[in-house]
Amino acid sequence: MRLTQGTFSFLPDLTDEQIAAQVEYCLKNDWAVSVEYTDDPHPRNSYWEMFGAPMFDLRDAAGIMGEIRSCRTTFPDHYVKVNAFDSTHGVESLKLSFIVNRPQSEPGFALERSEEAGRRIRYTTRAYATDRPEGVRYPRTAEPR
Amino acid sequence: MRVLDDSKRAKTGAARYRPGVLKYAQMGYWNPDYAPAPTDVLALFRITPQEGVEPEEAAAAVAGESSTATWTVVWTDRLTACDRYRAKAYRVEPVPAAPGQYFAYIAYDLDLFEPGSIANLSASIIGNVFGFKPLKALRLEDMRFPPAYVKTFAGPPTGIVVERERLDKFGRPLLGATVKPKLGLSGKNYGRVVYEALKGGLDFTKDDENINSQPFMHWRDRFLYCMEAVNRAQAATGEVKGTYLNVTAGTMEDMYERAEFAKELGSVIVMIDLVIGYTAIQSMSRWARRNDMILHLHRAGHSTYTRQKTHGISFRVISKWMRLAGVDHIHAGTVVGKLEGDPNSVRGFYDILREPVNPVNLAHGVFFEQDWAGLRKVLPVASGGIHVGQMHQLLTYLGEDSVLQFGGGTIGHPMGIAAGATANRVGLEAMILARNEGRDIWNEGPQILDSAARHCAPLRAALDTWKDVTFDYASTDTLDFVPTPTPA
Repeated sequence: MRLTQGTFSFLPDLTDEQIAAQVEYCLKNDWAVSVEYTDDPHPRNSYWEMFGAPMFDLRDAAGIMGEIRSCRTTFPDHYVKVNAFDSTHGVESLKLSFIVNRPQSEPGFALERSEEAGRRIRYTTRAYATDRPEGVRYPRTAEPR
Repeated sequence: MRVLDDSKRAKTGAARYRPGVLKYAQMGYWNPDYAPAPTDVLALFRITPQEGVEPEEAAAAVAGESSTATWTVVWTDRLTACDRYRAKAYRVEPVPAAPGQYFAYIAYDLDLFEPGSIANLSASIIGNVFGFKPLKALRLEDMRFPPAYVKTFAGPPTGIVVERERLDKFGRPLLGATVKPKLGLSGKNYGRVVYEALKGGLDFTKDDENINSQPFMHWRDRFLYCMEAVNRAQAATGEVKGTYLNVTAGTMEDMYERAEFAKELGSVIVMIDLVIGYTAIQSMSRWARRNDMILHLHRAGHSTYTRQKTHGISFRVISKWMRLAGVDHIHAGTVVGKLEGDPNSVRGFYDILREPVNPVNLAHGVFFEQDWAGLRKVLPVASGGIHVGQMHQLLTYLGEDSVLQFGGGTIGHPMGIAAGATANRVGLEAMILARNEGRDIWNEGPQILDSAARHCAPLRAALDTWKDVTFDYASTDTLDFVPTPTPA
């Protein structure tokens, strides 16, 4: 499967040039860019690991691209996303968030059902990858993409 | 110095309270010298007086009948601070290019209204006056609420910012679809449409306004099948998904029961119809706030009173009331779709729903400055006769804080429902990417979609199927002030 979280997951993976253009857009809007990574892609995992703090003071797209590349090099088999944070009053939240790196193979999620009275079903979504310990969840030699 | 003829001048002292009938202006409901207080509630009416009725008198009558007046003098006024409780019509001006119609500005003291009650507000402002004989027609065009009054309302239970954080979806409009056919599907078949559409790429699916609990599908059955579909789609994509479960019913007790069941099944959102009434909406808003539920409002029935320019209530007023009452989503027009919506008016509605402060903007039909005093923002929903080929227009007109709902434009796709959903999502993401890159999407939109369709066969098929569909009819609810072109 292909994890479709993030703003551009239905498009072919963005090139560095395309990512840089989005970073420029964020800087033009005075948003702070941050980079996060995870190997727990559960849709309700709100806290991916921060690859450093949001870059409030780095206003240069080339510098930010350096951070993005560095995160991808450090965590080649993790999901990596780029976020843009807007501190304007009444927003104070993300304005853009898109995936820039994903594991070679994405096994996806199991849907577990527990059946209860009255035809009710309690659902749990579980990432197959999280059966393994953190850090070794997406081995390169796993099933082909 | 303005000189009033005697029939328009307020009488004072004993002359004012002599038993009998006075003109409303003479009773003090017309006061051209009144300067509205920052704490006043303001209303703008479009009045069409009967032949021979002076516009000032008609405006005074509206002010009177929507506040303290009755048709004759009553001495019991003198037991009250009646000068204060009287609404004051303070300005009347002709509507541009509309003979016989006038804009009447009326100020109301804050104490005339119960805190936090749209029912009380609307009973005052529209309760009595719309059938008043001296007027041929009457329309409530706009209102201004002082922050002191705004703060008596809880507002949207979730709001745009928190909804996005909860759904983990940023930087683009959300995508939805109303399940079709809107009547007749069994619960199981209905859930199939939900599953395919969500799995294919939509964020939301939606019950239509009249899907409640009918012989072909009872509400519990629908909820159970829909939540199976939502959860399966969530697992298939790794994204949070939702379906607006319509809890509209005949009684509050039934609505609470349905909403509780939706919550128990793990739904992130429930839906109500405007026709349930303002108090029921506020009750459901409270329920949604207590239960971390997004509250979607379908504006069923509004066109009966919002569409005609001379009589009724403008949708911009309904938008304000609903932001106060506290809904998270509201249908507010598509501009390009099959339903009424002049681009500038719709822009005005969207601004009212989404902005922290609305400045006066006559070109968008916004007559008053409105400070929302920190009240959360309502996500406008564009639904009705739109398709992916219009993506650049939708994004330009409506902006990214919106829900774009392609019902027929998803389910009617030649390659199937999931393909229809994928086409919409790819078209949307491609357009956002291009806009952010600085491209001129208004002019290059069709090329941007064409090139995205090169890697997406469903998008190609959607563009080919619907390329010529437009709904170009003249708007009924148009604005009276055209923007004056400014020299470059």
